[in-house]
Amino acid sequence: MEATQATPVKYDMDVVRWFTIAAIVYAVVGTLIGVYVASELAWPFLNFDIPEITFGRLRPLHTNAVIFAFGGCTLMATGFYIVQRTCSTKLWSNSLAWFTFVGWNLIIVCAVITLPLGLSQGKEYAELPWWVDIMIAVVWLSYGLNYFMTIGIRKTSHIYVSNFFTAGMIVMITYLHVVNSMAIPVDWATSYSIYSGVQDAMIQWWWGHNAVGFYLTGGFLGIMYYFIPKQSGRPVFSYRLSVLHFWTLTFGYVWLGAHHLQYTALPDWTGSLGAAVSLAMIIPSWGGAMNGMMTLSGAWDKLRTDYILRFLVTAMAFYAMSTFDGPVMAIKSVNALSHYTDWTVGHVHAGALGWMSMISFGALYHMVKKLWNTEMYSDKLVNVHFWVALIGATTYVVAMWVSGIMQGLMWRDYDEYGTLTYTFVESVSAMHPYYVMRAVGGAIFNLGAWIMLFNVVMTVRQAGAVRGTSPVAARA
Amino acid sequence: MSDHDHIYSTKLQDKIERNTLLMFILTALTVAVGGIVEIVPLFYLPNTAMSGGDGTYNNTQHKDLQGNAIPMDKIIWNPATSQHKTLAEWQPGDGVRPYTALETAGRYVFIREGCFLCHSQMIRPFRDEKDRYGHYSIAEESMYDHTYQWGSKRTGPDLARVGGKYSDEWHRRHLKYPREVVPESVMPNYFFLDKAAVNAEQTVKTMQVMTRMPFNPVPKSIYSDAYIAGAKAQVDGKTEMDAVIAYLQSMGNHVKFQEGVNYRD
Repeated sequence: MEATQATPVKYDMDVVRWFTIAAIVYAVVGTLIGVYVASELAWPFLNFDIPEITFGRLRPLHTNAVIFAFGGCTLMATGFYIVQRTCSTKLWSNSLAWFTFVGWNLIIVCAVITLPLGLSQGKEYAELPWWVDIMIAVVWLSYGLNYFMTIGIRKTSHIYVSNFFTAGMIVMITYLHVVNSMAIPVDWATSYSIYSGVQDAMIQWWWGHNAVGFYLTGGFLGIMYYFIPKQSGRPVFSYRLSVLHFWTLTFGYVWLGAHHLQYTALPDWTGSLGAAVSLAMIIPSWGGAMNGMMTLSGAWDKLRTDYILRFLVTAMAFYAMSTFDGPVMAIKSVNALSHYTDWTVGHVHAGALGWMSMISFGALYHMVKKLWNTEMYSDKLVNVHFWVALIGATTYVVAMWVSGIMQGLMWRDYDEYGTLTYTFVESVSAMHPYYVMRAVGGAIFNLGAWIMLFNVVMTVRQAGAVRGTSPVAARA
Repeated sequence: MSDHDHIYSTKLQDKIERNTLLMFILTALTVAVGGIVEIVPLFYLPNTAMSGGDGTYNNTQHKDLQGNAIPMDKIIWNPATSQHKTLAEWQPGDGVRPYTALETAGRYVFIREGCFLCHSQMIRPFRDEKDRYGHYSIAEESMYDHTYQWGSKRTGPDLARVGGKYSDEWHRRHLKYPREVVPESVMPNYFFLDKAAVNAEQTVKTMQVMTRMPFNPVPKSIYSDAYIAGAKAQVDGKTEMDAVIAYLQSMGNHVKFQEGVNYRD
């Protein structure tokens, strides 16, 4: 309450610093595991006859590490940062934020132990055992409560649009996680979903696609609407458009999950509804992408010198591309070809590497400079990271697009006698060069993450002596 | 300068932007709509294999070529009306049934090893999939699959109708060292399943859990107390390899499909 216009608010930034460092470490680890599982598909001997590192057990560790460890820590770091700054207030509870930090990392440790041991609920991106699901719910609610209460005690009159996106994510992920994780335990390691067949499939993809839509898109759009204006020094191109972006995205994204189940035993109407809304979603997505990019209008020259801005703007380009790719794949006749193929994997990684990671890297660099009140150890390395990440992501995505379409075409090809041209295994061996290319692309991307980690560690070390004091007293 | 009076967007949005609780409530309502519209009807509409408990499966009606409804007990095995009364007597074509004890143990291994990440269990109604895998999958076939295993990716082939396609011995060799049988395969070696004994206690508990499910539980008439009591003996001395093979061999031959009948409406 002592904060006035004259004396700037002292924010609770220690916990943000820790989330920031954790996010960068998990970016390295998560993509490294990704490179390994990708290599296992190119060179199966890499499974080394060790059950704990076989593809089937390690792949969930990769997805959980990048989504929940890297993505989650980025969202919590930026969320706590943005909410304090846009509300001109400290966190509602600094100690609760620390609980969130410790709890979230404990969950990650549990994932690292349980997934290689084969504890799996058998649902993609929701493999973690039932008791970890309970931990996730508790820690997630602690984040959400703190977030909404901080908005509640804001000193500003308006709630900035970034907070809307994060708030939408918090609510939706709570719904999704709770409903999708409903299961009956058999013992501490095993449990089975209370739903079966069609209902379970629909609920799983309602979860699966909205983990992407709200967690990996909504939350990161909150990042976009704060950090692009901050880094470029320009106001958002159109605030009205950003508001429209939020409400349309929030209403529409929820419907998309059904497009993962086209032509399956799910009733046709559900898949078609999902496809129709998916197509409609091009409009808000592109509106938002344009809004982010046009924020730079009049300041495009900054891209020449500001490497952090390069990350942020390139992310918007990938966002626009992925949100075009996705609706196209939702169209039933395209989905007939693309479903079950690597095209899906390519699409996900265009989003994950190009959009989500790029916007995260940009935001994390921006925050590192602010949080430690310093310049980067090396701006040149930021630029190197940018190009390495861009080349890696592009290599990966192109490899998977080509292999995916090729797979789809090989599976449905008939010869002149009216019999299938290719056996399944011929399609497997045809994928080999692309699986190699994918592993190489991933490795290049991973190299970029190492460069970032090195650069940030050096930056923090150099800032160590002059590091600003952090507020200790949490708001009671 | 007064930020307080400025309206940045619209009057309605401005109202929401000034009120945390209003923002929370409106957001929470907005994100709920899509899921409610798409998910809730699947629990009461026909053709979703939701049992409903009255034997009509929410009035699901598959019609044969003469336009007559195919009795649901021809699609989903009902021991009361079938000439085969127990899981041991059940024959392929009797209709969809839950898993035997050994298959249940195999399904656990299938999920544990993440097989679903590379193998789908959902055949789509396309000519090439029919030629490659067999008749398209219908909702009823996965009605007992608590934690559905349709999958989303075919790094390896679909398994929905793999039952009976290969011999047990082929599966055993293939699972142990896939490249000895299929040189181009990228599947990991699962030789270790041959050395691991089935966890009998867990298998029994899993079957009990399946009878307690709120949606599509396994009927007590099938998983009778006597059957569950005998489950331990069924898996006694079996390896996880035996269990997975039993599970794979059980897939896809439950329903006797009639040529030309549309099972999708």
